[in-house]
Amino acid sequence: MELVRSLLIVAPEEVLSISGLLLLLVAAWGGDKAARTISILSVAALTVCAILVAPALCGGAMGPDTEAFGGQYKADAFSAFAKLLVYAGAGVTLIVAPAFFDRVRAMRAEFPLLVLFAALGMGMMVSAGDLLTLYIGLELNSLASYVLAAFLRTDDRSAESGLKYFVLGSLASGILLFGMSLTYGFTGTTSFEGIRLALSGSLSTGATFGIVFVLAGLAFKISAAPFHMWTPDVYEGAPTPVTTFFATAPKAAALALLMRVSLEAFGSQPGAWQQIVIFASLLSIVIGALGAIGQANIKRLMAYSSINNVGFMLIGLAAATPKGASAMLVYLAIYVAMSIAGFVAILLLRDENGDAVEAISDLAGLSKTRPMLALALAAVMFSLAGIPPLFGFWGKFVVFQAAVQANLVALAAIGIAASVIGAFYYLKVVKVMYFDEAADRVKGEIDLAHGVLLAASALFISPLGYLLTKWIGTLADNAATALFHVA
Amino acid sequence: MIGIEHYVVVSSIMFVLGVLGIFLNRKNVIIILMAIELILLSVNLNLVAFSAFLHDLVGQVFAMFVLTVAAGEAAIGLAILVIYFRGRGTIAVDDVNRMKG
Repeated sequence: MELVRSLLIVAPEEVLSISGLLLLLVAAWGGDKAARTISILSVAALTVCAILVAPALCGGAMGPDTEAFGGQYKADAFSAFAKLLVYAGAGVTLIVAPAFFDRVRAMRAEFPLLVLFAALGMGMMVSAGDLLTLYIGLELNSLASYVLAAFLRTDDRSAESGLKYFVLGSLASGILLFGMSLTYGFTGTTSFEGIRLALSGSLSTGATFGIVFVLAGLAFKISAAPFHMWTPDVYEGAPTPVTTFFATAPKAAALALLMRVSLEAFGSQPGAWQQIVIFASLLSIVIGALGAIGQANIKRLMAYSSINNVGFMLIGLAAATPKGASAMLVYLAIYVAMSIAGFVAILLLRDENGDAVEAISDLAGLSKTRPMLALALAAVMFSLAGIPPLFGFWGKFVVFQAAVQANLVALAAIGIAASVIGAFYYLKVVKVMYFDEAADRVKGEIDLAHGVLLAASALFISPLGYLLTKWIGTLADNAATALFHVA
Repeated sequence: MIGIEHYVVVSSIMFVLGVLGIFLNRKNVIIILMAIELILLSVNLNLVAFSAFLHDLVGQVFAMFVLTVAAGEAAIGLAILVIYFRGRGTIAVDDVNRMKG
């Protein structure tokens, strides 16, 4: 009975793995011609999973009823929130990918499968209740992601970004694993609840090292400074649909995992990791803002912007309160929407041959030739900068509010000051698009799928998004309450 | 008598060697792959030593999983390296510089 109960709880992961394996057979049978069909079926599988996890989020599921396999897997409201973001990111990637790869005749049947297996790994990551589940989920996601980064085999930059991502990602996994082995050795258990209990007294030196290594490994995965150096190269080199994927799904999953590990497993020793998170947060905000200033490539700019935004999200984690966790989740949801809007717009920047236009200088005068596209991109830039009335402001607002309530006034003040510096490079893109002499490089047509995705995500980050604040806030509160349930 | 601390010291040395191997090596990407394997092996040594010390099997099960994943990781790393070599004709670390900034 226990087995059946557990199997029912892990239903979303079963749907993903079984559909992934079946579609693998379809891919073997049908070859690359079947790529489009497999993409559509993969999106359908992700939709089914999203429907399966949604009730847990709306109902605020938590406690022993949500735990499967002796607490190794948790299908609580928190995991459901993260999974919905992951499935959204993966789904959008699958929708925009075929058109992109068809232009370079590189659409392969494996692409949707790799995205599907990465989504499966991310689902396990955010549901982990044990270091072992965490590791397997993380590796399933990472191994698929390395291949995705190097997917455009004919492009030198893609192979190079795959190589860099592989080397630094493996190093991160190694650091994380070393930390996990120390944590296991000094607490005698791998389950998050066991670690929490074992650490509740005084903290031994070995366990402190374990916490530091685990956090360093996870900081790599969320591309927080000082472990951010892979991000710009991988974002620039990877094919744009894959960059869309990296900026949304794995980012959301790794941040959720970091929250789960620090607040649940290390939750009894917040003093041991709060300083590290504050340091990483400030450094990410500053490096993200300063590094972006000289960039000429829009994908690199988005990479630095993601480092910058991760810094702001970490402010919510540094608060170590349910309010901070909830604010961080709200920010995360808005950030995923901003990334989707930004990268779909970037995918639509093409010249007359259908080649990608990535240089910011080539966007000059976009407002005259492609007014709607320029408007959407401007909305993304203003929103990433956190300028009201766009929705990006709301994410920053709730995070700073949570930090102030947790007596982190200095951190919030530095964050606000840095976001003003950061606004400079976002506004530069807007200035190039609206006030420079038209370069008239962008020629591509906007098809229906991209148009709908861009319109929907742009409307979400527009001031209309504020209609949803109450709703998102309730869902994020549900998720944060489930995360703090053990405490 | 060899105690748990000896194992932890050895595995820490192996871990540091692995990390240095990634950052100091300027010659060949294959050496980086070897360094990654060394890091994973140091973790395995740690896990197995702690498992024996704690009289708890979880560490050894964990080590099995790490071994399996390490094999998959090496396979994918080599595959990416082959693609990279086909495009560029070199696997020297200093030549991995198409993107900068």
